[in-house]
Amino acid sequence: MSKAVFQLEPLTCPSCINKIETTLNKTTGVQSAKVLFNAGKVKAEYDETQVKGMQLEEIITKLGYPVQSAKISE
Amino acid sequence: MITTINKHKNHLTAMAFILIIIGFLSGLAGNGGIKNIALVAATLIAGMPIVIKAYQALRMKAFSIELLVTIAVIGALSIQEYTESSVVTFLFLFGDYLEARTLAKTRSSLKELIDMAPQEATVLRNGESHTIPVDEVVEGDHVMIRPGGKIPVDGKIITGQASIMEAAVTGEAIPVSKKIDDQVFSGTIVDNGLIEMIAEKVGDDTTFAKIIELVEEAQDTKSKTEKFLNKFSNIYTPAVAVLSILVYLFTKDLHIAITFLVIACPGALVIGAPVSNVAGIGNGARHGVLVKGGEVMDTFAKVDTFVFDKTGTLTKGKPEVTDIKTFHNRDENELLRLVAQAETISEHHLGQTIVKEAKKRKLTITNEHVDGEVIKGNGIRAIVDGHVLIIGNRMLLNNEQIPLSEKAASYASEREMLGNTAIFAAVDGEIAGIFSVADQIREDAQLALSEMRKNGIKKIIMLTGDNRHTAKLVANQLGLDEYYAELLPENKVEYVKKLKEKGHVVAMAGDGINDAPAIATADIGLAMGEGGTDVSMETADIVLMADKLMQLSHAYSLSKATIRNMKQNTYFAVGIVFILLLGVLNGTVHLASGMFIHEASVLLVILNGMRLIKFNHMNKNSTQRPTI
Repeated sequence: MSKAVFQLEPLTCPSCINKIETTLNKTTGVQSAKVLFNAGKVKAEYDETQVKGMQLEEIITKLGYPVQSAKISE
Repeated sequence: MITTINKHKNHLTAMAFILIIIGFLSGLAGNGGIKNIALVAATLIAGMPIVIKAYQALRMKAFSIELLVTIAVIGALSIQEYTESSVVTFLFLFGDYLEARTLAKTRSSLKELIDMAPQEATVLRNGESHTIPVDEVVEGDHVMIRPGGKIPVDGKIITGQASIMEAAVTGEAIPVSKKIDDQVFSGTIVDNGLIEMIAEKVGDDTTFAKIIELVEEAQDTKSKTEKFLNKFSNIYTPAVAVLSILVYLFTKDLHIAITFLVIACPGALVIGAPVSNVAGIGNGARHGVLVKGGEVMDTFAKVDTFVFDKTGTLTKGKPEVTDIKTFHNRDENELLRLVAQAETISEHHLGQTIVKEAKKRKLTITNEHVDGEVIKGNGIRAIVDGHVLIIGNRMLLNNEQIPLSEKAASYASEREMLGNTAIFAAVDGEIAGIFSVADQIREDAQLALSEMRKNGIKKIIMLTGDNRHTAKLVANQLGLDEYYAELLPENKVEYVKKLKEKGHVVAMAGDGINDAPAIATADIGLAMGEGGTDVSMETADIVLMADKLMQLSHAYSLSKATIRNMKQNTYFAVGIVFILLLGVLNGTVHLASGMFIHEASVLLVILNGMRLIKFNHMNKNSTQRPTI
C-alpha cells in the first residue's frame, strides 16, 4: 500500500471536500482518500500496482484544484 | 478555460463591480438601454465561476449553494430583473473572496507553526560541512547549528551547549539551556551557543512534524454538532428547493420564490461551527496545547471532575535533596561528596538525586570505579577513600547493626512527616548524616487548580502510587477534595471508572506512560511531559507540550470559550435565516438585500470565530466580549 499527500491551494467551500473525496474513492486502486479541508491537503492510500500517485495528482487537478506539491511514497 | 476563470475570479469580481456602477450611473442619466447592457454583462461575468462550480458539483451528484444561486439568477434574468441578478452574482463572488481572506486568518495559527519548520541543515559528512535541504538529512548524520539557527531534526547534542527557544514545540517563550546528551527538537531555535548534534528522528518522524500532522487532523475532526449540521444541510438544501417551488405555486410570484431560494441557504450555519473549532485548536497549538479535534473540545468543556496523578503531574517528578543533617560536627559538603561518590554505583533514582546534588554544588565526583554492592530495596554498601559507607533506609541500618541515636531517629521521622524520604548515611559503622529527598509541588499548581475551579471544575482528585504521608501532604497543600494513595495503575483505572459511573464527566491528567490506561479510560485524557512522547501523543485526547500546569488551565478555559463561540455562531446563523425567510414572505426583503444580509452573516460568524485566535485565559474579560 502506498501513501500520497497532495498540498492544494487553500480550500474555501466545504462542498469541495465531497467532490474530491468521492471522485478519488471511485478511482480503481484507491483504498481511501481524505481531504483535510483546513490544511488544504488530500491524503490518499492506494495500491501502486493499479494506480500511480501521479495519476491521482492529475485527477485532482482536472477537478479544478491545482496541486502545489506532492509527497508520494511508493 | 475553467482554470483560467477560477484564477481570475477576483478580476471578474472587480469587472462586475465596475459594470454595475456604470449601469447605475447610466440609469441615473436616464439611459435605460446602456444600463441594461451593463448589468446583464456584469451578471454574465460574475456568473461564470458560479455556474462552473454548480456544474462541477452537480456532476458529482452534490447539491451546492452555487446551484441555487444559478437557478435564481437565471430566473431573475428571465423576469428581466437585471439589477437584482447582477448584484446577487457580484455579492456572491465578493462574499466568497472575503470568506477566503478571513478563513485564511482563522487558519493562521497553524500556518505560523508550519512556517517555523526548518528548511535546511548543515551536516558534517566525510569531515566536510554541507548545507542540504532538511529532507535529505538521514538518521545518524552529524548536524551543526549556529546561534540563531533552527534545529533541523530531532536528536541528541554531542558537543557544545546552547540556550534554545522551544516555542515551536512547547509553546514556551523562555529559552531553556541544553548541554551534551540533552534531547533537542526540530523546529526549535538556538538562541545562543554552538552545538553539534546527532540526528535520531528525521522527516515525518520528528516531534514537530507529528504536532503539525496532529493539529491538521484535529482541525478536520468534526464535532457532533458539526456532523449534525452537515447532515442537516444535506437535507435542508434540497428541501429549500422544494419549498421554493411550493412558494411559487402558492404565491404565483416567481420573484419571491427565487429570493426564498437564495437566502434560505445555510451558509453561516455550515461554516459557523468549524470556524470556531479551527480557531480554537489553532490557538491551543500555539500555546503548546494539542487538542485532538472538535469532539474533544466539546467533551472537555463539559468536564466537572479532574483526576491528577501526583508524581510528575502535580509535582515536578524530579526529586531534590531538600536537607542534609550531619552528626558529630561533620562537614556537610564532605559527607555529601563521600555519599555521592558511593552512590555512583547505584541506579536508584534516590541515589541519582544525591549524585546530582553533589554535582550541583560543584563537588568533585570522579568516574573511578567504586568498590561496593547494591542491596536491593534497601540501599548500598561501598568503600570510598578508605571509609566504609552504609547508605540506605532504616532496615539497612538494622541489618548492619548500626546504632541509631534517639535524636537521629526523631529527626528522621519528623522529616518523613513533612513528605520527605529519609536516607541514612553511616561512615565506618557510625551514623554520620541524614539526607532528606522530596519531590516538590510545581510552582504553578496552586494557581492553575484555583483557576480551573473558578472556571467550573467541581471536584479535584489525586491518585498516586506513592505513600500515604506524601500524598496527604500534597493534597493538603493544594486543597484537593480527595486523594487515594498506594495505588497500582489498574487501581487508578477502577477509580476513574467509578467516577464515570457516578455520572461525572472525568478528565485524567498524567505523565503519559504509566498512567496511559487511566488516561484512556477517562472521558478526556491529558498527557503531560516535555516534548511529548510518542505514547502520550497517541493515547491522550489532549497533549500538553510544555511541562506546565498553567497550560492545562488554559486548555480548559479555551475549550469553554470555543464551545461558547460555536453556540453563538449557530444561534446567530439560525436566527438570521429565520428572520430572512420571514422578511421574504412578507415582502420586506428582496433578492439583492437578502443576498447582502446572507453574505454579511457568513462574514460575521467567521469574524466571531477569529476572536478565538487571540484568546488568552489570563485576560479573558477583554476577549470574551461577544461581537454579536
